[in-house]
Amino acid sequence: MGMTTFDIAVIGAGSVGNPAALFLAQRGVKVLVIDRCTAPGQGENKAAIGGVRATHSDPAKISLCLQSVEHLSTFQEVYGRDVGWKPGGYCFPVFDDAIERTLKSLLPTQHRFGLDIQWLGAAAIKEVVPGINTENLRGGTYSPGDGQVSPLMYADACWKEAVQHGAVYRFGETVTGITVKAGRVTTVTTDKSAYSVGAVLNAAGAGARRIGALTGLDIPVQPDSHEAGISAPVKPFLDPLIVDLRPGPDGKTANFYFGQNREGQVIFCYTPRDLFIGEDRESTSEFLPIIAQRLIDLIPAFRHLLIRRVWRGLYPMTPDGVAIVGGVDGIEGMYLGVGMCGQGLMLGPGVADCLASLIVDGRPSIEESVFADLSFKRDFSAARIESLK
Amino acid sequence: MSGNTEFRLRSHPILTIEDRPAVNFAFDGQPVQGRAGEMITTSLFANGIRIFGHHESDGAPQGIFCVNGQCSQCMVIADGMPVKGCMTPVAEGMDVRSCNAAPELPLDEPRPKFSGTKTRTVDVLIVGGGPSGLTAADELGALGIGTLLIDDKARLGGKLTLQTHNFFGSIEDCYAGMRGMDIAEVLAADIRKHESVETWLSAAAVGVYADKKVGILRGDEYILVEPKVLIVAAGAREKSLAFPGCDLPGVYGAGAFQTLVNRDFIKPTDRLFIVGGGNVGLIAAYHALQAGIEVVGLVEALPSVGGYKVHQDKIKRLGVPIWTSHTVLRAEGADGVQRVTIAAVDERFSPVAGTERSFDIDTLLIAVGLNPIDELLITAEKYGMCTLAAGDSHEIAEASAAIFSGRIIGREAAKQLGHDVEIPDQWHQTAEVLRAKPGDTVALPEAAPQDLDKFPVFRCDQEIPCNPCTEVCPVNQIKIPGDSMLGIPEFVGEQCTGCGKCVIICPGLAISVVVGSDPDRQTANVMLPWELPLGDLAKGVEVETVDADGDVVGRGTVTKIKLFKSADRRHLFWIDVPYDDRLRVAAFRPMAGERQDQQGMAEAAHYAVTLPGDDPIICRCMRVRKSEIIAEIRAGVRDMNQLKASIRTSMGSCGGKTCTDLILRLFREEGVDLADVTLPTTRPLDTEVPLGIFAGIKEVDA
Repeated sequence: MGMTTFDIAVIGAGSVGNPAALFLAQRGVKVLVIDRCTAPGQGENKAAIGGVRATHSDPAKISLCLQSVEHLSTFQEVYGRDVGWKPGGYCFPVFDDAIERTLKSLLPTQHRFGLDIQWLGAAAIKEVVPGINTENLRGGTYSPGDGQVSPLMYADACWKEAVQHGAVYRFGETVTGITVKAGRVTTVTTDKSAYSVGAVLNAAGAGARRIGALTGLDIPVQPDSHEAGISAPVKPFLDPLIVDLRPGPDGKTANFYFGQNREGQVIFCYTPRDLFIGEDRESTSEFLPIIAQRLIDLIPAFRHLLIRRVWRGLYPMTPDGVAIVGGVDGIEGMYLGVGMCGQGLMLGPGVADCLASLIVDGRPSIEESVFADLSFKRDFSAARIESLK
Repeated sequence: MSGNTEFRLRSHPILTIEDRPAVNFAFDGQPVQGRAGEMITTSLFANGIRIFGHHESDGAPQGIFCVNGQCSQCMVIADGMPVKGCMTPVAEGMDVRSCNAAPELPLDEPRPKFSGTKTRTVDVLIVGGGPSGLTAADELGALGIGTLLIDDKARLGGKLTLQTHNFFGSIEDCYAGMRGMDIAEVLAADIRKHESVETWLSAAAVGVYADKKVGILRGDEYILVEPKVLIVAAGAREKSLAFPGCDLPGVYGAGAFQTLVNRDFIKPTDRLFIVGGGNVGLIAAYHALQAGIEVVGLVEALPSVGGYKVHQDKIKRLGVPIWTSHTVLRAEGADGVQRVTIAAVDERFSPVAGTERSFDIDTLLIAVGLNPIDELLITAEKYGMCTLAAGDSHEIAEASAAIFSGRIIGREAAKQLGHDVEIPDQWHQTAEVLRAKPGDTVALPEAAPQDLDKFPVFRCDQEIPCNPCTEVCPVNQIKIPGDSMLGIPEFVGEQCTGCGKCVIICPGLAISVVVGSDPDRQTANVMLPWELPLGDLAKGVEVETVDADGDVVGRGTVTKIKLFKSADRRHLFWIDVPYDDRLRVAAFRPMAGERQDQQGMAEAAHYAVTLPGDDPIICRCMRVRKSEIIAEIRAGVRDMNQLKASIRTSMGSCGGKTCTDLILRLFREEGVDLADVTLPTTRPLDTEVPLGIFAGIKEVDA
């Protein structure tokens, strides 16, 4: 049987798989990407709101996202394809003492890992966020280097670029088996075909656990679901993405976030206080009334936004809220880029770059000690201090 | 009344033009006048304004398209807020601006207070107060079942309210012989009698959610309704057609036209051309003629029209040229359509070079069929709600069929709720007959009763579900052989009274009655119906007589005109014709000289069949052209969600309601099996809604 041979099979054409395919192909690796959907980015990738921030508290995430920001903000320059990049930063407006203390306490770490972020007073925040309700506004953080892409445009551009660099995509195929012989991966079987491979990258997003099980791995990724929505365009007025960390008076929201994309559309999402565990992607009647009050309370003019569409996407969560990136002890050629915890789009390019370095050069592209925090063999039950997710 | 009335109908043979109070407002700073209760775009049309803005991406002028809240081409800025002009009533002092770019948010808004979202439960929610929704509600009401009927328009009846012509079917089952607009009144009155039926007008279902609630936008309130049974009777939307210039202002749907003319009493055009020979296109032509609008022609790609032949015949007899086996090649014009070019098509529907003809027009109606409005239905079914579809949401058919089948759906809903109610087998059979597509055309017998002084002559030569003529004959001498109303009626007796009741009721205007023959003087007197403006027609006036196909027979002289109260606005004309013409004369029209240049043909332009650069717009909202989509298809794209990402089709305001169908057609044209195509994911909302409405804004802090 003449099985097609590839150096690596990337499982999942999403926020990790697409850039991984591109970076690997650019390094001369013969890449196969397999996705059960019929086009790139059709899993959780397209459900993202597009915010890309290195504004985190976890050093690994700061490092990876700085790489992502670099990649996404220069994509058009480098590859000549538009990904809808909009600079403008991230702003966390603050209305209470506890959140102020938390955010201020993160600044030294953030600065140490190279993030451009500062604390602004209330007046300056009002400049950065026109129309903001200033009642109890104390100030906030502002990280001007962060930005936003169109998740749809990025998936499309990244896929096309990867293909141009030689990556082969197989859409509409579901991986049904991964063969490990003598401690190393040899074959990937799908519902349609089988491929001889030297390595496998599990970048299957919400499906990471199922793919892991094919080689007997128990990858602790459990999706929960978040709802989002988008408006019709309005004249550009808001540069940064906004995160309001206050839990809502509704008792339903832990925090919420939004931004205006390059097309002028306001795109928004909230973190539910009680998580919706599982893979349900269908919109509920609860979302719009709740998010509407939160958005209008913060920027009253939002009452006039015409809402176009709502949807729901999955956050593939790990027990400690940090992604799982790296190799797997005992299975040579098996790599994981999973558990992005809802931040696949902003982590994806950084994670992909690290993995490409690891796979080709044997070492990640960020500090090894920081990278180790992302390993599969870490203790997931250990309480990690991630003040800012 | 004052102000610009040039574009308003002053009189109409069927409609009563209401004299409504004037409303003064401004459009782009210029004073304009509307009428109380009418929509912004209607008022603008009445003032001769047909361009409501320009697309931000390429400056293309944006005119009316659906007049049904389905698209967003009529977006304007009213008092600073973007609104659909066709769904937003004018108000005194309103400041309306054309929409040329994304609107600016007024950032100095005060902080409002919120009242939260109301929810309610109901046994049955019916979405759509058209024919099927109304009869479903009537059945449920008769059983005392709690029913909430919503409709996004200000008046019940759906598209029935626009139909000035008499309906087909049978009197008993679906009010045949009555005008659609009057049937709407009857059905609406029926449901008002039921205490258990509540009606919300100007209320739109904007989404169904996974928790089995339906979000309803009612005025400026958002209400979540949780029904035990959901009946989707939302009707249909018009299919579109892609050709160069299809996006020009003045190119729009036949339903949109009917709304402007028959609901809003606007005369939106002087010279109209129609694409599509289904019933919608044929009826639109007739409605145009009733409103005194010249119909320059109608094209149909098939070798014969798809609509009822009687609808075709009545417009042919009035002089409308029908071009079968022809298609529209392009529309042209600077800021609106000014010329249409058509061409003959071969068996594969490809235009034949050298057959192009152009016509100077100002409006081009697209009437190429309907698609069910079924997004709510599909979503509700996916969420496991008990859901039923009625009328066009279930299957595209005549309104008469929807009137009847709505009753079945109403009872079906009752059964779902556990009520012991019977749905007679006969109902299903009748529904089937009323849904029947037009059947074969038969050759009518030539011979007439030689020795009778009075007798009817039928030009009803196609099997359609219709029989009111058999019901009204006072001497019971009109019969349809067999037991189906699909058959062809015949005069079976020997004593016609010449009462004219069959002439008055025939929805197809397909009966004449010879009421007096004088072989010696070689004359005969023929009774014929007339539903258009009388104009100069009067006793003693000479008219042109035409045969069943609209070909000129000769001349006749009007001897009498009567408008019986019982004739429901249909005039009866008695016309003296030469004796030998008496069987051939099927209709008449004013003498050619009194009409405008009927062919209205501009000099045929010498275009190649396809001009280089002919690249029609497919996605109107995002201005995506055919070539961009073809390129993606040829690059291997089979997932319509991927088209959203790469070229942004259906990412705009209407959510793909118009272009999805056109894109699927492009896949087919490219030889792609549609089984290999992934359809776009549908999500709430069905129509754009201001965020403040979801928040339940109660008041604004001072």
